[in-house]
Amino acid sequence: MKIITKVAVPILLSIFAVSAMAETAEQKGLRIAKEADAYDRGFGDSTADMIMTLKNRAGQTSTRKIRSKILEGIGDGDKSLSLFDTPADVKGTAMLTFSHGLKPDDQWLYLPALKRVKRINSRNKSGPFMGSEFAFEDLGSQEVEKYHYKYLREEACGKGWKCYVTERTPAYKYSGYSKQIGWIDTKEYRLVKVEFYDRKGTKMKTLTSSGYQQYLGKYWRPSVMSMQNHLTGKSTVLRWSNYKFKTGLSKRDFSKNALAR
Amino acid sequence: MTVHNKKLVLSASLLLSTTLQAGDFSGNISLEGRYFLDDAAYIGQKTGGLSLSLQPEYKHRWDNDHNTVSFIPFYRWDEKDPKRTHADIRQLDLTMAKGDWEFQAGISKIFWGVTESQHLVDIINQTDAVEGADGEDKLGQPLFRVSHLHDGGALSFYLLPYFRERTFAGIKGRFRGGFPVDTKNISYESSKKEKHIDYAVRLNHTFDEIDVGLSYFDGTSRVPQFIPDLTKRVLKQHYPLLKQTGLDLQYTGEAWLWKLEAVNRETKKENYTAAVGGFEYTLPGIGKSGADLGLLAEYHHDSRGEVSNAAFQNDLFLGARFSLNDVDATQILAGTFVDLDNQSKVFRVEGSRRIAKDLKLNVEAQTFSDIDSNDPLSNVKKDGFIQIELQKYF
Repeated sequence: MKIITKVAVPILLSIFAVSAMAETAEQKGLRIAKEADAYDRGFGDSTADMIMTLKNRAGQTSTRKIRSKILEGIGDGDKSLSLFDTPADVKGTAMLTFSHGLKPDDQWLYLPALKRVKRINSRNKSGPFMGSEFAFEDLGSQEVEKYHYKYLREEACGKGWKCYVTERTPAYKYSGYSKQIGWIDTKEYRLVKVEFYDRKGTKMKTLTSSGYQQYLGKYWRPSVMSMQNHLTGKSTVLRWSNYKFKTGLSKRDFSKNALAR
Repeated sequence: MTVHNKKLVLSASLLLSTTLQAGDFSGNISLEGRYFLDDAAYIGQKTGGLSLSLQPEYKHRWDNDHNTVSFIPFYRWDEKDPKRTHADIRQLDLTMAKGDWEFQAGISKIFWGVTESQHLVDIINQTDAVEGADGEDKLGQPLFRVSHLHDGGALSFYLLPYFRERTFAGIKGRFRGGFPVDTKNISYESSKKEKHIDYAVRLNHTFDEIDVGLSYFDGTSRVPQFIPDLTKRVLKQHYPLLKQTGLDLQYTGEAWLWKLEAVNRETKKENYTAAVGGFEYTLPGIGKSGADLGLLAEYHHDSRGEVSNAAFQNDLFLGARFSLNDVDATQILAGTFVDLDNQSKVFRVEGSRRIAKDLKLNVEAQTFSDIDSNDPLSNVKKDGFIQIELQKYF
């Protein structure tokens, strides 16, 4: 019996070691994405205020104020509601999004002047959100199924943090990107940086997230997200404040009726 | 005044003032200039001119946006047509949501429908016809609404206790026929006249890519019948009672939107169906700018045919929507209506762009071509125009 154990244990261990080594870069990339997703699970719902500052090459700025509400999806993607406070001419406009994995997101827009709720299509995912450097696809819920992953390396990424560097390619149609390279910290799965490559493979934009704060002792959220466009010299900065979690929002607060309130 | 009453007044005013403080004031003031391409068709009509409108807005939300109070008064002054100078309460209402229920009471606007070139199903509000040539502007409607929300949709009941008469251009105004509409001596089928209580029901539901709405309305028609008074040289309005059953349907693909609106309308005099359906196809980002182009086509049918006072009975709408998706939110929508029976054509262009902080420029133009003398549009065929509007938001 002892002999068997002595022999079997090392064999079993070596099998595990081999299978761990056999994890491909793709499998490891996917595993990290799933772990990051699982790490953020259970937040229920959250609300936050956002100020978006657009800056052109000449340094001129314009701002947009948006309030956002998110309901965590169980078995499906998250639901989100964005309410626009400025520019003044779009005040009262609201957008409701039901994100899914590979299936296109469902999206409704509320136009306050007409009191009209309009279901909109999602073809122009690569189009700029309100004239900013953020495309619609950058701001949508980042469901795991939306990308194919490939682990690249592990490296230091500032503040004494270590990051997994992963390449992800959009698995959905009509993306404006050929690939994205993301830096996620190995300890708390905070997304530190993303580089976006256009369809021709040229590095197009870099998103840097900073000022991470932890809420409810678990959920990390950035206070600043800065998107720099390398091709146009334009940039957009999102400043998040007033994060609240588990505010008691229900699926009824993410309905066409709620959109029009 | 007793002490008790004083306390009541004090606490009521305190409540009101805290409510007002907590709320949000905004609005816009607009200056509009209109130029008509042709000389007026009828005696008394003026050429283009200036117009000024003011629309302040007050909104207060509380309890996670479950409850809202809104107040939106509206006033327009028009240089040329006194009938276009008018005031309205666009909104003054309270909405409360609790669990699966939503309640609304007051004056408001309700929009139903999906198509772009005509709104058939939409019926709750009266059209403020002096406001714009496209009929999109509506008068505030007194209403009570109860909605029951379910997964994917809602069932709503509406009680409409008071009727609003349509606004019409006066003798000096454009967009009218040879006889102006008499807005004083109005007749109704209902003996209760404008106090007839209308009601409506609507069910809307989303099945994945399909959004469907079923509606029923029983009350006073928002569209009057016209009876010419040859001695006074005016058109008299008669508002019949109407039962309208409506269907609106939209399929949303990634690039394609397919839309349909259909109604059956039953009055004492007639029973007919009308429908409008078509698509909007979005072309992806053009160049590096991220601009997109939407192509629209919608077909209009009305079972009453050419004899009716419906302008769109066998007509095709073709249009293009160009969105620059830029910082200034530049957008252009251009389209044409073609009557497939008599080749009458209407061309429309609408454009808008933010030109400074809180300042928006809106441009609108409409022309008519080959209008058949039997087509209802022949009344207004000399009213092609270009309009420029500056909107300042506060």
